[in-house]
Amino acid sequence: MLQQLVNGLVLGSIYALIALGYTMVYGVLQLINFAHGEIYMAGAFLGLYLTVSLKLPFPVAFVLAMAGAALIGVTVERIAYRPLRRSPRLAVLISAIGMSIFLQNLSLYLNGPATRGFLPPFKVYPIRIGEIKTSSLEVIILVVAILLMVGLQYLIRRTKIGKAMRATALDKETAALMGINVDRIISYTFAIGSSLGAAAGVLVGMYLNAVDPMMGLMPGLKGFVAAVLGGIGNIPGAMAGGLILGTAEVFGVAFMRSEWRDAIAFAILIVVLLIKPSGILGQNTQEKV
Amino acid sequence: MLVIKNLETHYGNIRALKGISLEIKKGEIVTLIGANGAGKTTTLKTISGLIKPTRGTITYEGQEISGKAPDAIVQMGISQVPEGRRVFTRLTVLENLEMGAYARRDQEIGQDMDKVFGLFPILKERQRQPAGTLSGGEQQMLAIGRALMARPKLLLLDEPSMGLAPLIVRTIFNIIQNINAQGTTILLVEQNAHLALSVADRGYVLETGQVQLADEAKKLLNDPRVRKAYLGD
Repeated sequence: MLQQLVNGLVLGSIYALIALGYTMVYGVLQLINFAHGEIYMAGAFLGLYLTVSLKLPFPVAFVLAMAGAALIGVTVERIAYRPLRRSPRLAVLISAIGMSIFLQNLSLYLNGPATRGFLPPFKVYPIRIGEIKTSSLEVIILVVAILLMVGLQYLIRRTKIGKAMRATALDKETAALMGINVDRIISYTFAIGSSLGAAAGVLVGMYLNAVDPMMGLMPGLKGFVAAVLGGIGNIPGAMAGGLILGTAEVFGVAFMRSEWRDAIAFAILIVVLLIKPSGILGQNTQEKV
Repeated sequence: MLVIKNLETHYGNIRALKGISLEIKKGEIVTLIGANGAGKTTTLKTISGLIKPTRGTITYEGQEISGKAPDAIVQMGISQVPEGRRVFTRLTVLENLEMGAYARRDQEIGQDMDKVFGLFPILKERQRQPAGTLSGGEQQMLAIGRALMARPKLLLLDEPSMGLAPLIVRTIFNIIQNINAQGTTILLVEQNAHLALSVADRGYVLETGQVQLADEAKKLLNDPRVRKAYLGD
């Protein structure tokens, strides 16, 4: 039991990192950024090349992969979403799906279809605490994910940029009247969300020792489910949703069959949409007139 | 201070402003009155840069500002208190005020915060509360305080009396006069014509996107056409 819980939390912290990208972008643009899974994939490839090919020290490579993915995320927004700012939401959604397919194919072209191995560039030790078997890699994943989430929470709650992001998410027009450059805030949002997705990509790439151009598809969808589960647009919700989804999946696999792994996630999505579409922490905003 | 000439604004194919001209001099309170749909809010949004005019000019302190981005216009010293208050409901009162000062880089933000708390002591008491929990009148005070945090030279107020109890309206209007007395020029949009004209120096009457009348506020108050159409005579 405890063993499954640990596995679930490791997986869940990854989903949470991915979910944050969806939820932040949704918060400011009410857009499901379907290209987010591909940002995660791009992050994994960047991490692979920077550590294995360029032999950079891991922390440096990790930060550079996040920065590189942030740049890709900001570029995607500039090219595919910003010109459609005043278009119907469906148009932007289709543009997002198109961007997702484009990035997958670009990656296939650049990297080839084969799955690459991504051995962690540091030694991994098995760790045993009583009945629980884990590894130093799992501990690193959990710790890095938690640090990133705490950092994000600090940024959103305490810094001027973070407050401006929340203001922009609540009311773009009024935010502009405050002297906030709304386009710039949207770019920051994409940069931060994408860098978290890339961090997840690098961590998973090493965890599974596998990186390939299509790897963003399923985790991307799972991250989306986690975001909806927690209440889309809600940052603590995305974190909670990720952890719950990861844990539910691991327990589901333990008690049922492993092929049902993905079915569990999407069953959760359907149940949430039926019972509480606003998610666990989602609130219906009320306005005083 | 602000000169608008032949301003036209469109929403798609609908011409909302059909060539408006008006002028605001430094230190004045100028009011725009008129019925729903006359173009009052559109005029303010166009000044603030939220809507791009299709024709005409807006000159602020000798500089053409139409077509500039809203954040650039705020930095030049024009702030707006939007219709319906539009406070950031899930941000605290304090955070709302901080957002008002977003474009500033100077060290005197704290001093101005104290000034706003001086004008509206209730906001100081409630500074840690989410703005969404305030009453309508308190939200209006917050919206005004927030705009003042940008240290505007010209303050645009859109329907500050909307939906408020008469006593609170009186308080808010006293404060508006107080702000003006301390040197901020004010452009006030109101449906409550009597109230607006009683505090303003001059007024413009808008009808279907055009200026119908322009005069000193006192004269408009006694103008039979205004009395008939807006003051319920």
